[in-house]
Amino acid sequence: MLYAILCYANEETVFTWTQEEEAAVMGNLHAVIEPLAAAGKLGPTGRLMPTTAATTVRKGRDEAFVVDGPFAETKEALLGFYTVDFETLDEAIAFSKQLSAVNPGSTSYEIRPFYTFRPGEIAS
Amino acid sequence: MTDIAWIDLALASARPKALGALLRYFRNLDTAEEAFQEACLRAIRTWPEKGPPRDPTAWLIFVGRNSGIDAVRKRAKIQALPDEDQISDKEDAESDIADRLDDSHYRDDILRLLFICCHPDLPATQQIALALRIVSGLSVTQIARAFLVSESAMEQRITRAKARVAKAGVPFETPSPQERAERLVIVSTMIYLIFNEGYSQADPEQEAAAFSDEAIRLARLMLHIFPAEPELMGLLSLMLLQISRRQARFSAEDEIVLLEDQDRSLWNQPLINEALALLDKALRHRKPGPYQLQAAIAAVHSRAKRAADTDWVEIDLLYRALERVQPSPVVTLNRAVVVSKLNGPQEALDLIEPLGEKLDGYFYYHGLRGNLLKQLGRITPARIAFDRAIALAHSAAEAAHIRRQIDKMQEEAAQPAAK
Repeated sequence: MLYAILCYANEETVFTWTQEEEAAVMGNLHAVIEPLAAAGKLGPTGRLMPTTAATTVRKGRDEAFVVDGPFAETKEALLGFYTVDFETLDEAIAFSKQLSAVNPGSTSYEIRPFYTFRPGEIAS
Repeated sequence: MTDIAWIDLALASARPKALGALLRYFRNLDTAEEAFQEACLRAIRTWPEKGPPRDPTAWLIFVGRNSGIDAVRKRAKIQALPDEDQISDKEDAESDIADRLDDSHYRDDILRLLFICCHPDLPATQQIALALRIVSGLSVTQIARAFLVSESAMEQRITRAKARVAKAGVPFETPSPQERAERLVIVSTMIYLIFNEGYSQADPEQEAAAFSDEAIRLARLMLHIFPAEPELMGLLSLMLLQISRRQARFSAEDEIVLLEDQDRSLWNQPLINEALALLDKALRHRKPGPYQLQAAIAAVHSRAKRAADTDWVEIDLLYRALERVQPSPVVTLNRAVVVSKLNGPQEALDLIEPLGEKLDGYFYYHGLRGNLLKQLGRITPARIAFDRAIALAHSAAEAAHIRRQIDKMQEEAAQPAAK
């Protein structure tokens, strides 16, 4: 079974960490995930930029439209994620609109740039 | 991170929301501050034992409100209080408040809190000091050290500023969309002032450098509650791009390192990436403003792998756009640097000479003028301009930077054949 583990936190606190505090937290996290990586059980991992850096493509009546966010009021659950490499936000939006068009269950696709990316490898 | 460090951070990040809500409730800044202080003390006592509440901000507002009411009751019964049924002593009231206070409710509270610090009667330095004290909760000691004044002088300055703001009265009604937009502009300006206060005069090791981080924190907070404001994205992007160069701006000897001489591997790439993402988003709104344009200029520098790769033509276009949106002699002065790169020092000098009257008290004007004259081999006028710049320098590092240029110029003048 594959799992996606999604980390939720209070952005207002996390983004006030000093560099030292952040390094300490990341070091601790690294220690936790490294055995998993060594065992060949760690897939792609990424740290997302804050939601203020995010853009949402929301389903419209005709064509999907683009809004900033996610907004704080957003109540939809995150269902899955793609990791893609695009040159520009426009390409990412075009791709998301394609996804939106063929997926009747979706309400929105959130586009979040990565801070860091580790491809990972799953052995089995 | 220790428990206490975690609590400190949580209290600091909850402060603008909680204090803003308490201010709306008590309509008096001192009462609101005391109430928040009391709530913080109780948090430090109870959170380590019971664990943090689900919503720390709502907890602080709830506890602060009740302790503020007690305090007001004790002192005198002169202040009008809300109806009793609004004040609950039940434990579950916390979640109730949390439900009612989502981000859209906090918006105007925080905006009001910041807005009262930007009172037009207050000089910029007092606006900054007041915001850092009230909104950010920095200690008077910290602020005094950064401004290089005594603690008692800073205490006095803040007290006087508070009194002036209180006398002027704080508008508590919900602002109209236009008023809100106007306040956002004023608050953005103040946040950028705080940033510059820290950034222009301090290397990363110095006290005032913390102001830059605080300004970024406030901008993040504002963008969080106004997520679709392109100028807020531009402001945060601009500050992130500038701060990304923090480690490269000073040499090991604490000397200023110019942008073109900086070791670009020292630039903080994650911050640059975030800034570029924000700028990308902002520009899609097609509502360019001064912060977006300045961020776009900073972004061109950040995208160049080496100084020689800088796209000066693009930067020139952006500066021309900035001159249209926000005409100012300082913007023209900055564009002159670009003109000197593209068309040489004489054309740049012609551009800035007419600005002399307006910018006579401005360090960078005389610094740039001296530099252009130096490039043209006009040693004596260059020397006069440099001397004037030194007299206007804000920091020892700025003065030392100009002195090095003078020394270099004199060395070159003394041995013209060596070149």
